[in-house]
Amino acid sequence: MAALRLLRTRLLRARGCGFGTAEFPEEKPQFPGASAEFAERLEFIQPNVISGIPVYRVMDRQGHILRQSEDPQLPKELVLKLYKTMTLLNTMDRILYESQRQGRISFYMTNYGEEGTHVGSAAALDDTDLVFGQYREAGVLMYRGYPLDLFMAQCYGNSKDPGKGRQMPVHYGCRERHFVTISSPLATQIPQAVGAAYAIKRADANRAVICYFGEGAASEGDAHAGFNFAATLECPIVFFCRNNGYAISTPTAEQYRGDGIAARGPGYGLLSIRVDGNDVFAVYKATREARRRAVAENRPVLIEAMTYRIGHHSTSDDSSAYRSVDEVNYWDKQDHPISRLRHFLLRKGWWDEEQEKSWRKSSRKMVLESFTAAERLPKPAPQLLFSDVYRELPLHLQRQRGALQQHLRRYGQHYPMELFESGGDPPIDEPETPQIQP
Amino acid sequence: MAAAAAVLRHLAPLGHRLTRIPPHGCAGGRLFQHRRGLRLSAPAAIQVTVRDALNQALDEELERDERVFLLGEEVAQYDGAYKMGFAGIAVGAAMAGLRPVCEFMTFNFSMQAIDQVINSAAKTCYMSAGLIGVPIVFRGPNGASAGVAAQHSQCFAAWYGHCPGLKVVSPWSAEDAKGLLKAAIRDDNPVVMLENELLYGVPFELSEQAQSKDFVIPIGKAKIERQGTHITLVSHSRLVGHCMEAASVLAKEGVECEVINMRTIRPMDIEAVEASIMKTNHLITVEGGWPQFGVGAEICARIMEGPAFNYLDAPAVRVTGTDVPMPYAKNLEDNSVPQVKDIIFAVKKVLNI
Repeated sequence: MAALRLLRTRLLRARGCGFGTAEFPEEKPQFPGASAEFAERLEFIQPNVISGIPVYRVMDRQGHILRQSEDPQLPKELVLKLYKTMTLLNTMDRILYESQRQGRISFYMTNYGEEGTHVGSAAALDDTDLVFGQYREAGVLMYRGYPLDLFMAQCYGNSKDPGKGRQMPVHYGCRERHFVTISSPLATQIPQAVGAAYAIKRADANRAVICYFGEGAASEGDAHAGFNFAATLECPIVFFCRNNGYAISTPTAEQYRGDGIAARGPGYGLLSIRVDGNDVFAVYKATREARRRAVAENRPVLIEAMTYRIGHHSTSDDSSAYRSVDEVNYWDKQDHPISRLRHFLLRKGWWDEEQEKSWRKSSRKMVLESFTAAERLPKPAPQLLFSDVYRELPLHLQRQRGALQQHLRRYGQHYPMELFESGGDPPIDEPETPQIQP
Repeated sequence: MAAAAAVLRHLAPLGHRLTRIPPHGCAGGRLFQHRRGLRLSAPAAIQVTVRDALNQALDEELERDERVFLLGEEVAQYDGAYKMGFAGIAVGAAMAGLRPVCEFMTFNFSMQAIDQVINSAAKTCYMSAGLIGVPIVFRGPNGASAGVAAQHSQCFAAWYGHCPGLKVVSPWSAEDAKGLLKAAIRDDNPVVMLENELLYGVPFELSEQAQSKDFVIPIGKAKIERQGTHITLVSHSRLVGHCMEAASVLAKEGVECEVINMRTIRPMDIEAVEASIMKTNHLITVEGGWPQFGVGAEICARIMEGPAFNYLDAPAVRVTGTDVPMPYAKNLEDNSVPQVKDIIFAVKKVLNI
């Protein structure tokens, strides 16, 4: 028997097989699809939900740094910028939410409770890193300096809106700040972000892509495709999942049965981490390191930021229909990213009650001024109805635009033209040269 | 290293052009071989199959612009069977400045990715107010093939032609295939190119001019394949060939048909149809897709709305695929798409002969 086994070992070794298990040293699986060992005991892998992937944090709820070695030691100006961005966002959210309730804008989505995920990650990126958001990442854009006027312009769809009034509120987009225009269909941004990362990799620039999505969007097929392609195409992308406990009314207990989103990462070959999303420093550190590795090694990294959605899904939602007000209050009072950072700042002596009062007043004033001004602005010119359907204006739309122009010249006094921005029309007598490709 | 290899796979650099369009959309096609006929005194037109013409176009555009790259199902050396995924990736790459040519094994499968094609590719330029362009080409076989049954035989000309923001082209000949694919790749808008699997192996004459690297067919312009005086036949893709056959049969009976190859579904060259009707006074449309809300329906509606209506001596007739999911049985399948005899019948009906 032993002799036979020895012979077999020699034969297999001669064929170039590697080392096997301790019990059966001559065999190792040769399947192209997987490269693990053989197992001779029937055993299923349990999904480890109870003691799953741990949540990385730097501060506790009172803003104490738990391990000095993990303190990112960010300079005062940066930390103050983080704080002011979060609070300004919060203030803007309150005012715009109210304005929707009052019928001034048609729709709004707040970011209550998730401000930490926005600014912590935004601060860790380079300015030119490309951002693909879902719809609850306004803080990223705000951190990059998008002015209040333009946030308001988009929500009001007024003449100052770079989006030319084409989108529902909160669908911001800014080319200069590398923030791709928000698109409504869920999770479509995930494979797009991967494609963009692929393009960026080819350009070999020191640039990464960050793709934000919620834990609900991660259930979409596009998410699976995106993760898998990012890994197989070796793209410099950071996947940032905001796990805020709810996908509209679906709680995480009904969204998945595994250990959240972070646990899926290794399944795709992604470097993965779970962080405390309400801890700005933890979010910052994780994103910074993720970005560094994504670019240096051309590989995707998955961050799951645990947080809580304090607000309703949107103005079309009333979350008291599916969760208790007590639960919401708990998170608002006990674990809010703004409060935690404020505790830290106060303890550090970088902030005090005076400044808090005065900042609240001045930030509110800024928002209200911007809001009032935005409301007064006219709507975009009607002629903008026709542009950007294609890169060039096709003949049939040119004709229709001309017809509208003529109509308004004759009957304009019957329309509330003062509500719209005027101008931008080519003169009627000179037909515009069609720019359709020959 | 792996990254560099991955990049090279997709760059298909000079001298390493292994892009193929295999028969029936599966892996295992043949390399493009450029045959040159014996050159005598006249410029040499050569016979080129549609497949080779497409390959030529891809080769030339890949060489011309390094931002152009190919991806799709079983394409080139890269395999990825996740349609929704790679369509989204292609859109994202286009948004970031590359010019992808995204291949669907057939357009039936594009239904799984149609959200990316319509909501992301077609609408993005408009919805981002021009901030984001999507210079992408989606291409692949469309419509009926042979014996592939209902889920593999649908025509999407009407589906994609419906959407503003998209351009949709539908080539018939090798010249169409080459010129339109090049135009589509060079176009800054998302373009859907509806090819036909049964045409891939069909040889057509490719003129000297069409063999050139700069040969491009304008998107939005139809071509009159055959001049005629008695009736206008408007068609696209494979059925243009059927119309030509019907026209030659009818010519023996003294009926001269004008055959218009639409080439582009959107933007539609309705002016060419109008000009033809003003000459012939009779119209039939011929398509492989289903009748309701089809290409023919749109042509008829536009003719009614335009100046050519007054020139019609009889109502227009649409020749279309039958209004059933494509059957599998060969005899049923053959009778579910327009045949030459159906076109002849329709012509005679309109001309009342």
